[in-house]
Amino acid sequence: MTSPIEIEGAVTSSALDKEGAPQGDAKEPKKLEGRSPGQLMWRRFKRDKTGIISAFVVLFFFLIAALAPVITKLYGKDPYTFYGQDDPTLLNEFNLPAGPNGGMSPEHWFGIDPNYGRDVLAYLLYGMRTSLGTALLATIGMVFIGIVIGLTAGYFGGKIDYWLGRLIDFMLALPNQLFMVAAMPVIVTVFVAPDEETPTIVRFLAITGVMWLLTWMSLARLIRAVTLSLREREFVEAAKVAGASPWRIIRKELLPNLVTPIIVQGTYLLPSTILSVAFLSFVGVGYQDPTPDWGLMFATAANIYEQDPTYMFFPGVAMVVFVVAFNLLGDSVRDAFDPKTGR
Amino acid sequence: MLRFLIRRVSGAALILLLISAFTFFMYFAIPQDPATLACGKNCTPDALAIIHKNLGLDDPVPLQYWHYLSGIFAGRDFGVGHCDAPCFGVSFRNNQMVWDTIMDRLPLTLSLTFGGLVVFLFVGLGAGLMAARYRGTWLDKIFSGGSLVLSSFQIYFLGPIVLGIFVYSTGWLDKPKYVPITQDPGGWFMGLLIPWIVMATIFTANYTRMSRSSMIEQLQEEHVRAAKAKGMSSRYVFYRYAWRGSVIPIITILGMDIGALLSGGMVTELTFGLAGFGRLARDSVILKDLPVLMGVMIISAAFIIICNIVVDAMYAVVDPRVRLS
Repeated sequence: MTSPIEIEGAVTSSALDKEGAPQGDAKEPKKLEGRSPGQLMWRRFKRDKTGIISAFVVLFFFLIAALAPVITKLYGKDPYTFYGQDDPTLLNEFNLPAGPNGGMSPEHWFGIDPNYGRDVLAYLLYGMRTSLGTALLATIGMVFIGIVIGLTAGYFGGKIDYWLGRLIDFMLALPNQLFMVAAMPVIVTVFVAPDEETPTIVRFLAITGVMWLLTWMSLARLIRAVTLSLREREFVEAAKVAGASPWRIIRKELLPNLVTPIIVQGTYLLPSTILSVAFLSFVGVGYQDPTPDWGLMFATAANIYEQDPTYMFFPGVAMVVFVVAFNLLGDSVRDAFDPKTGR
Repeated sequence: MLRFLIRRVSGAALILLLISAFTFFMYFAIPQDPATLACGKNCTPDALAIIHKNLGLDDPVPLQYWHYLSGIFAGRDFGVGHCDAPCFGVSFRNNQMVWDTIMDRLPLTLSLTFGGLVVFLFVGLGAGLMAARYRGTWLDKIFSGGSLVLSSFQIYFLGPIVLGIFVYSTGWLDKPKYVPITQDPGGWFMGLLIPWIVMATIFTANYTRMSRSSMIEQLQEEHVRAAKAKGMSSRYVFYRYAWRGSVIPIITILGMDIGALLSGGMVTELTFGLAGFGRLARDSVILKDLPVLMGVMIISAAFIIICNIVVDAMYAVVDPRVRLS
């Protein structure tokens, strides 16, 4: 293998790198079975019990979020029906759940919400679907922008690097979350006239757009730094001498070596993006009421906590479990890729 | 030091200028007529005309920006009256001076931020140091595990729980409220105690983890080993040698976190019903009160930049190897 970091054989690159593969096979002695770094990482990861458990928890959350329509169909409720209005015994005169524990019953497992009497379980599942879906797309976009800018700055260097570096500095000086909140109405008004109701799809686009624009900087910085050191390596020089185009060098020589930092950073970015989406909704500029959303549940719950504390319980505990699992997963993924960083 | 300060302050001024330009053009140039944005639903042509006149929207945008900038330094006249020197314009909603509104709200947010900062720095660093010192023991496990779980809590989840325990069910404390420290220091302290504790709990966790890992790293450094080999007491080595080195990454994180604390302040203020700076920002977003919003953005950016300069200057204090120029 040409690369000193030995990520070339990782799953992604071996799929990309068809010409390189037979060459590598020929060099390897046949009796010793070589393991690709991807396989090595997987073996290390499998030994890490915390990592496996948290990976299952995270997967479970994504699964129930993705399958929210199926689960709610089996469960027989949906997040939009006002059960409290259909059945006036569910809510008391203050529009709070009449039953004990926030109206928990065999009919409504996690209780019903105040004001409308919607089913909390169905609402939570759909809310998680909204939040996780938004965050996933936003993270993919952020990672993409980070890669493009980081690679461009790191590989081309010189003036481009200087100006991209200043751009990154500038973006980092912005009060980040404040700016997210402040940019939301601007992006929304680009699409919607001020006297119209904002459709959910526009809110979705605005939230992901704000995230894309405002949170790619740390990843871009990291990728720039890694690219800078990779650029000087022999295998890149060899490719240059052999007459490879910059595009080919970036795609075939640099990107495979960047897979590790990208995956590790991506696993750290995703939970914080989920929290940012929830933050926007909590503050009141993200998703709005008829759309079920995880962050929105906290906004409602914080308002009525004194009267109906149970409503906060399920979304809150779910979020803590999810974030703990995701952070542990991030640590495990990092350890598996880079065993040198001991804890 | 002086050269460092001059260089950094001029750099900061440039960044602030850029940020103000960026926000200005974002709000006043990119979307539609900001007057309609300001007017919102049920806008009448009369209201529109008033906003147009107040903002001087009929001038070209660069000229408007120039008016805005010069207003900050020299004051400006509006339809509603004269606006004194640090003039950030007049609110769309209540015709008050933006600067006065901000100054009204700022003490609360500063108390919140720096009070919380003091609590979580002490507790977080202390817990992290203890965890590093007794690495691998049950103490370490409790601190590390606890910090992992606590850092995954959110203010909007933990806040109501703490309120529920200490205010609604037991009545030990009053609902958080802000009393200026100049009026009643005791009331100021008691009123902000719960928000501080909640904010600190969440941020503490990060600092515990950070100071633990950076301390462990430092303890393996050669100068620490050399000091031990010389026969210095382990306590002296721990606090004098290793600790100093381990503070540097923490200062870096702290510099970044102050920005997060300001907007973390937004969540804290909303959770506890306090009317501070973050609340003002959020309300002005929802009411589309552009002048207030721009003032808030610029002031908080200035705040973050100043904090970063202070943090950079602190590197040199903590680590003599760092040269400021």
